[in-house]
Amino acid sequence: MKVTIVDYNSGNISSVINSFKEVAKDKVNIEVTSDLNKIKSSDKVVLPGQGSFKSCVDALNNISGLVDTLSEFAINNKKPLLGICVGLQMFADIGYEQTETRGLGWISGKVSKIDNQNGDYKLPHIGWNQINILKDSKIYKNIENNSHMYFVHSYEFIPEDKTVISATTDYSSNIVCSVEKENIFGTQFHPEKSDKTGLKIIDNFINL
Amino acid sequence: MLKNRIIPCLDVKNGRVVKGINFVDLQDAGDPVEQAKIYSDSGADEICFLDITASNENRDTIYDVVEKTSKKCFVPLTVGGGVRSVEDINKLLNCGADKVSINTAAVQNPKVVVESSKKFGSQCIVVALDAKKNGSKWEIFTHGGRNNTGIDAIEFAKKMEVSGAGELLVTSMDRDGTQVGYDIDLMSKISSKVNIPVIASGGVGNLDHMVDGIKLGNASAVLAASIFHYGKHSVKEAKEYLDSKGIPVRI
Repeated sequence: MKVTIVDYNSGNISSVINSFKEVAKDKVNIEVTSDLNKIKSSDKVVLPGQGSFKSCVDALNNISGLVDTLSEFAINNKKPLLGICVGLQMFADIGYEQTETRGLGWISGKVSKIDNQNGDYKLPHIGWNQINILKDSKIYKNIENNSHMYFVHSYEFIPEDKTVISATTDYSSNIVCSVEKENIFGTQFHPEKSDKTGLKIIDNFINL
Repeated sequence: MLKNRIIPCLDVKNGRVVKGINFVDLQDAGDPVEQAKIYSDSGADEICFLDITASNENRDTIYDVVEKTSKKCFVPLTVGGGVRSVEDINKLLNCGADKVSINTAAVQNPKVVVESSKKFGSQCIVVALDAKKNGSKWEIFTHGGRNNTGIDAIEFAKKMEVSGAGELLVTSMDRDGTQVGYDIDLMSKISSKVNIPVIASGGVGNLDHMVDGIKLGNASAVLAASIFHYGKHSVKEAKEYLDSKGIPVRI
């Protein structure tokens, strides 16, 4: 089994790499690359993302053929893909951070700034918050409802089809904190920084 | 509901943990990698490394410490001390830091905050602000508390938010190492003037001080060093105490 973490200059991905290697031990091969052929031959792909929606989309587009390769992997071949943070947000049609930017369009919806209710809620939403699991997602196998996850973001993904939402978290409103659509998974929180529970989610994804 | 965070801070010098009393009188308190692991296992919400002599000495030891720690600790790791440039930040992030705190450079060259938050995202840029009371206001100090800039701390905090800081780590120079409690007035004033999270630092002597930092100082997180290092309290005890006082914590 080969799991590829897509390295597309999207900021700091060392924590994602460390956590997947910790979980995989010697049983699973963790590859970190933007090489299109290596991505194509992977069993699973992880799409991390830090910084702004625009900077991540631009970084993806800067690598020729990468978006097409990822679409082929996730949409045509229906192989498992996990987006983390902005990696999840990019599933949307459009994002409004910095400027209006087109996303991958894999899950219809938009990415907008969290309503801070005139300053009542500090942004970024940084820290540990509990997840409210709404559907029996495969990545939540043996994860208790109301588990704590580590978040750091100011924008939220608002999908049109609410049935893709697998969990929400309470901050200003019920923010979408994970989605699952067939083989496509995404978490707004950082499983790689969410201690043992986060590592369990990574383990669940690797063992899909 | 978002939880208030408890962040143990490890002052690191030459790859070893030390904690200064008012930034002098250093005492050795162990190996940073092991200590960080102990903290994360006992429920620390984040770990903070402060490379206290980084401005003057060989910095390579901190990169090694960060790299080793990030392979063992799966909670956020913030690293600060001697961070001068976008390249320094890049190097720390590549070693496995999740956030980098910028102190002196943010005052001397605020462009570093602007550029690094654009390049890496605000989520990993923490501005560490050392403030000391002077009459009715607080002034910003740099270089580990040695230089008074005369800059108004509240104004500086607002400026850093606009520049792209994701969080502010506010240390009271008057309280640091004294164990008489955070400067609540300073914390609440800054917290009310910015819309980004404030981490309170400097002066924790007991668990009630943490409660006050959050309840009265409106801090999103509390940072402490010596109260944890010498076994006075564990992180777990601190969380249970905060919980008993009605403060939302991750337990």
